[in-house]
Amino acid sequence: MRIDCKEAWDALSAYLDGEIDPVLRAEIERHVQFCEVCSAVLDSTRNILYLTADDRVFELPGGFRERLHAHIDEMLQQDSP
Amino acid sequence: MVEIVPTPEMQASQDLRQEQEAEQITRIVAGEKNLFHDLIRPYERRIYVTAFSMVRNAGEAEEIVQETMLKAYRSLHSFRGESKFSSWLTAIALNEARACLRKAGKSTMVFLDEEGDDGEGACQPFQLRDWREIPLEMLERNNLAGLLQDAIQALPEKYRTVFVLRDVEEMSIEETAHLLGLEPGNVKIRLHRARMMLQKTLAPLVQQASPSQRGMWAFLRRRP
Ligand SMILES: [Zn+2]
Repeated sequence: MRIDCKEAWDALSAYLDGEIDPVLRAEIERHVQFCEVCSAVLDSTRNILYLTADDRVFELPGGFRERLHAHIDEMLQQDSP
Repeated sequence: MVEIVPTPEMQASQDLRQEQEAEQITRIVAGEKNLFHDLIRPYERRIYVTAFSMVRNAGEAEEIVQETMLKAYRSLHSFRGESKFSSWLTAIALNEARACLRKAGKSTMVFLDEEGDDGEGACQPFQLRDWREIPLEMLERNNLAGLLQDAIQALPEKYRTVFVLRDVEEMSIEETAHLLGLEPGNVKIRLHRARMMLQKTLAPLVQQASPSQRGMWAFLRRRP
């Protein structure tokens, strides 16, 4: 089996999640060794996912926790679960 | 989450956490109300991020978190532990976020484009030839965080929801599927689409945003 760029893109997400059949995985790894486009597409996608998981991308507003727990305290005084 | 397969140790600590939570919940319902603070503390950040990713407004996101916690507390007695407490909270937050979008008239007609486009293909990445790791300092300097938030916000809702649960909240495919009432196969397809759309939007922006750094690296590489 030899895959082309399109097939490599279609399998990209599964590849990044490690949820991919080993034969296809090996094919992708072989393909990106000589295809600089797919190699860059793979790296950029992976990098974007790392950024997404970085705590600094979504910062909590200042005082968020204090406000939330003060709000919860108020609620606890009024309500029962 | 990228290439992380849960180890038996991770699984064991998750099971322990679920047991502890079940005990906390029983005690809260029995009257130890103040334990509710501890119960939700591990999740307040991700619930905020989920809400923010959906509505892209800090004030509204904060209100959604407060409303979510309120609803969770009031229906805590009905939580049966069939799903994880964290998923249950997320489900409440998603409903609140959707209600908020609907109220603001920002709802992107979810069901109109529901049919037919979960098939394969039709999604091409931005084709570049060279990619270097984005250095983390660039996050602050070039407002990459803002670009990423905008790009997530611009995804059609059905892709955005899946992306947020899976890649922001780091839920598994199965949890995501269960929470949204989808087949795991559909979750995978939507996730793939969402990631490709983000790559397509962000890769060219990031390339433009960092010419000086790329130049600097090239200079460093040329030195003996
Ligand atoms: Zn290729």
